[in-house]
Amino acid sequence: MRIALFITCLSDALFPRAGQATTALLERLGHEVVFPPAQTCCGQMHINTGYQREALRLVEHHADVFADADVIVAPSASCVGSVRHQHATVARRFGRPELADRSAAVAAKTYELCEFLVDVLGVTDVGAYFPHRVTYHPTCHSLRLLRVDDKPLRLLRQVRGLDLKQLPDADQCCGFGGTFALKNAETSSAMLADKMANVLSTRAEVLTAADASCLMHIGGGLTRLSAGSRTLHIAEILAATDTADGRPTR
Amino acid sequence: MSQVFLGMPAHAPADVRALHGTQPFPAAARTALADSQLRRNLGAATATIRGKRAAAVAEVDDWEQLRFAGQQIKAATMARLDEHLIRLEQAVTERGGTVHWARDAAEANRIVTELVKAAGADEVVKVKSMATQEIGLNEALAEAGIAAWETDLAELIVQLGHDTPSHILVPAIHRNRAEVREIFLREMPGVDPDLADDPRELAMAARTHLRRKFLTAQVAVSGANFAVADTGTLVVVESEGNGRMCLTLPPTLITVMGIEKVVPSWADLEVYLQLLPRSSTGERMNPYTSTWSGVTAGDGPQEFHLILLDNGRTAVLADDVGREALHCIRCSACLNVCPVYERTGGHAYGSVYPGPIGAVLTPLLTGVLDNPTLPYASTLCGACFDACPVRIDIPSLLVHLRARSTELRAERRLVPTSEAVAMTVASWVMSKPRLFAWATRAARLGRLIARRGRIRSLPPPLSAWTATRDAPEPPTSTFREWWLNGKERS
Amino acid sequence: MTTGSARDEVLARIRHALSASPTEPIEPVRGYRRTGQYSPGAPQLLDRLTERLTDYRAAVHAATPRTLVSVLEAALDGTRRVLVPPGLPAEWIPASAVIDDGGMSPAELDAVDAVLTACTAAAADTGTIVVDASPDQGRRAITLIPDRHVCVVRAAQVVQTVPELLSRVDPHKPLTFISGPSATSDIELRRVEGVHGPRTLIVVLLSD
Ligand code: SF4
Repeated sequence: MRIALFITCLSDALFPRAGQATTALLERLGHEVVFPPAQTCCGQMHINTGYQREALRLVEHHADVFADADVIVAPSASCVGSVRHQHATVARRFGRPELADRSAAVAAKTYELCEFLVDVLGVTDVGAYFPHRVTYHPTCHSLRLLRVDDKPLRLLRQVRGLDLKQLPDADQCCGFGGTFALKNAETSSAMLADKMANVLSTRAEVLTAADASCLMHIGGGLTRLSAGSRTLHIAEILAATDTADGRPTR
Repeated sequence: MSQVFLGMPAHAPADVRALHGTQPFPAAARTALADSQLRRNLGAATATIRGKRAAAVAEVDDWEQLRFAGQQIKAATMARLDEHLIRLEQAVTERGGTVHWARDAAEANRIVTELVKAAGADEVVKVKSMATQEIGLNEALAEAGIAAWETDLAELIVQLGHDTPSHILVPAIHRNRAEVREIFLREMPGVDPDLADDPRELAMAARTHLRRKFLTAQVAVSGANFAVADTGTLVVVESEGNGRMCLTLPPTLITVMGIEKVVPSWADLEVYLQLLPRSSTGERMNPYTSTWSGVTAGDGPQEFHLILLDNGRTAVLADDVGREALHCIRCSACLNVCPVYERTGGHAYGSVYPGPIGAVLTPLLTGVLDNPTLPYASTLCGACFDACPVRIDIPSLLVHLRARSTELRAERRLVPTSEAVAMTVASWVMSKPRLFAWATRAARLGRLIARRGRIRSLPPPLSAWTATRDAPEPPTSTFREWWLNGKERS
Repeated sequence: MTTGSARDEVLARIRHALSASPTEPIEPVRGYRRTGQYSPGAPQLLDRLTERLTDYRAAVHAATPRTLVSVLEAALDGTRRVLVPPGLPAEWIPASAVIDDGGMSPAELDAVDAVLTACTAAAADTGTIVVDASPDQGRRAITLIPDRHVCVVRAAQVVQTVPELLSRVDPHKPLTFISGPSATSDIELRRVEGVHGPRTLIVVLLSD
């Protein structure tokens, strides 16, 4: 299968390893991965902050860039959520029904990495090896927007060597919320504090999730505390083998 | 200035204090977050009710079908709201009730005041009602020399504590038993000085305190959970029996009801009477539900007045997306599951409608520019939608209101905020792949201030981030650089 | 402006609000269960009603026509003044009971220890009984003010679901749906039974 990678702006600029791992993993599973270089950003931050008119050109750009792709995979639940649940709505809001249709067509072939592996490729054992104690935070958008349910956990359970710890109050939001983290920084930090306490109570070495954004928030809190746990995108764990520590082998 | 035409949907007037906070949400939240007692009280109470609700919902195998029906009945009702209200008015009138209409809070308060005076009373007993809180009825009655006695236990705690409600269903959720005991000892005449802080004993103290009021009151004021257009039946859902007392004993009953509370037919109640109790108190059914249509000879009040209240609701209806907020049945499930509400409590919202539904309903009622920070008081985590028994898509409504707020600012040519400028620039850069690639590479400058793989402090506005969190050190190459280099190598 | 014009104006506002984006009202899909799996009075329903009422701190006593009088006596044990509605079946009425003539004031009702009534219908799924002010149930005040309510539910009156319950009651009558004794969860969301309504609810389940 020829898979177009939708890397997301955050991962491109700040967390390239999540994208590199996604590439390595999909290639290891025998698929061709392409990266349409004109891609930029899905506009979620604009939409969720109230700037839909500004987001419109990003929505249109995204629809153009991915129009010809067979299937699109992103290592981000919230960006896939935006493409799936917001793009067509934004287009319609500004009287662009033809764009709404194109956006819907792109959305219909866009998948978050874990749902792509389980639902489309039908695999839960991706041949990964990761001998560490890990806990998993189901991000709000993976849980309640994409409804990925326990798919990430099914994938993690098949990783050899991985000791999976249940995260208490896992379904509680970490407090990131995009610009919420800035506009309501104190409330965001209070939510973060509770999430971190739960993470640390598992004594996991690694906290993983399907969104680099939430991991940036929780990870930033954990390093500030100099707490023992670190964060890794789930793609990095699934890409890890006994010969490569989460990095692509190419 | 735009002229107001007769029949133009109108927002709730700016002097409706119960819908206008004195502080922006982030500032009010900061104060609340610093109150560790409040955090503990709320954390314990919301955790309790979340567990009860989850258990009560899990018992019902057709819960999702009920939610869909609850959503669709409301949507169908709103689409013909005028017709349903006219039918309701007719049915109530035929059965001996009197129907009044109120454009806003002041008009509703005036009608109630006149009715109480006409009944020759100088006090009323009240059943908990969001509508009368919204219009500030107690304050308006006090100005006219009429005392209003709240009879719901939590409302009583709030009233005696000279406090304001912080939750739709349990207005005193921010108080724990010890605080309630303090309030009762201080404010309840004749209370046993040895009163313990046991919830049962506190409830019994309230029973004794209110008993005489119930037996002698001449006028009661209530809200309504539902009103059936076909039959003219009003419905009040409650637990303590204070509702029954107020609805049954005083000779005059005045009910203030938002126009969105009407449902077309009696059979519609079979949906809501299943959805509401399990969502609100986590019970299979609340202890008491009272229904009445008009007056019944020899039983209960012989004079019944129904006041149909707009106060901004028609403006909500005029917003074809926001309209959905009128479907709310005030169960408070969205508050109880909201991670923001759980930490800030209800007062931070500055409105009688707090929590997720408050963050959309309040600005919809007042106009979003009157409550500009409320739509941002959410991480959009979506827990509210999953809990809502009538499937109100609160996250999407929040996103919609955020857009309305920036659009209205632009329409009114208000000075663009630095945020608006940044967003415009960012969207322009991001729509140009070459510029975007350059900008992501430029982020690498952040490596200059990074130490040991992290950045501990950034200038405003990003300092809000680094106050409690490190920022990541930008990587040596972006993903697209890696990709392009990799392609070159292979 | 007069009140009459408030009506006209609110209605005009609604029509204006709806005209901007007219929607055809859809016919709501009622995909939920409207009838239960058991027919009224089935033993499973009596068990469930008993369990759910008990769960909410009501007492439930089973009776047959033969044992009814003694069961009622036990339910009213310890009360001195018992009130009954005017249309209660004569054979249920305890010897000492007072029959309500509609004349007692709330304060006088407050001096009554217990009230004994029939009911209109009951739903097992939620543990709910309905009284509708019929002659065997009485005006609303008499089941409200006395501190003990003894309510006789005939087996045939017990349905399973809330929709079935609502289809059996008359929306034009003043109805009270009762699910256990009065309760509050207003302090720390902990349930406390017995506030303003009768603190004791005894349901007598009469099979035939
Ligand atoms: S919005 Fe939904 S969950 Fe929230 S109070 Fe209203 S009905 Fe309940």
